Amino acid sequence: MHELSIALSMLELVEAEAERRGGVRVTSIHLKLGALSGVVKEALVSAYELAREGTPLAECGLVIEDVPIRVYCPTCRAQRDVPSIYEIRCATCGTPTADIVSGREMEISAMEICE
Amino acid sequence: MSKTRLVEVRQKVLKENDVIARSLRQEFQAAGTFVVSLVSSPGTGKTAFLERLLGMLAARYRTAALVGDLATDNDAARLARSGVPVKQISTGTVCHLEAQMIRTALDGWTPANLELLFIENVGNLVCPSSYDLGEDMRLVLMSVTEGEDKPLKYPTIFNTADVAVITKMDLAAAAEFDAEAASRNIHSVRPGMEILKVSAKTGQGMGEFVQFLESRIGG
Repeated sequence: MHELSIALSMLELVEAEAERRGGVRVTSIHLKLGALSGVVKEALVSAYELAREGTPLAECGLVIEDVPIRVYCPTCRAQRDVPSIYEIRCATCGTPTADIVSGREMEISAMEICE
Repeated sequence: MSKTRLVEVRQKVLKENDVIARSLRQEFQAAGTFVVSLVSSPGTGKTAFLERLLGMLAARYRTAALVGDLATDNDAARLARSGVPVKQISTGTVCHLEAQMIRTALDGWTPANLELLFIENVGNLVCPSSYDLGEDMRLVLMSVTEGEDKPLKYPTIFNTADVAVITKMDLAAAAEFDAEAASRNIHSVRPGMEILKVSAKTGQGMGEFVQFLESRIGG
């Protein structure tokens, strides 16, 4: 269970970002979360709700955008989906490849601010 | 009237960890230190494997080890018997090592001209996967008694590791371990992953592991 420390890092980062923009009020955080980020979405949502209590971000929402795993397929010479997290291979032609293009993201992409 | 608008941020949540990990990696590289981290479930035999390994490497390389645990320094005491410098990192309630813990542990301790540093993570196959520690190579260990489907249960840690080590091979027959199924599952979640099979108890496969490690250090 490291979701709580992830949630705390997020709040810290957003508070600093809000400060940098002159103390704006943040109404929601947009997070890109990859299937290979090592974070369980449901656990992160609960941890976030717990972590924001009593902070300036107590009312701040969390919008999570799931990022699926994409690989570069050397056979198709293109970016492809994978069948599942348990089968890291090209979903189109079946070539196994460890060349992960996306899916590891854990990134605050944007925030909604009120001014 | 107030209005809301969306502003772009584009910041990695673990940016701080990544920054420290990157600077550690640069420092290790400048100092000529090759860094290997170990992750596994509790009880897979990380410490037994490392104990045997340190014994084999101590005479040939200036080696040291950092050992992460929630509590107790039993593992550090075991590893120290090999004669190499060992430092315990007690994480308290934290279930994984972070780059800052490595930084703090090395402060004022780093043995001179270190060639090899091993970092034993807390026994946990979930949380360590998100944290870069500045290592050159991450080993994921699984033992023959844990079941061949371990990689399918924890795909992320296998995907973020570089090499898989199957431990307790001396128990393979008793556990009816299916090595082919295990390899198939590992390669399903991490195509092309190098797999080494060892027994820290009998020494089986340990020589091959050392050879493999040396080939990577050289590269």
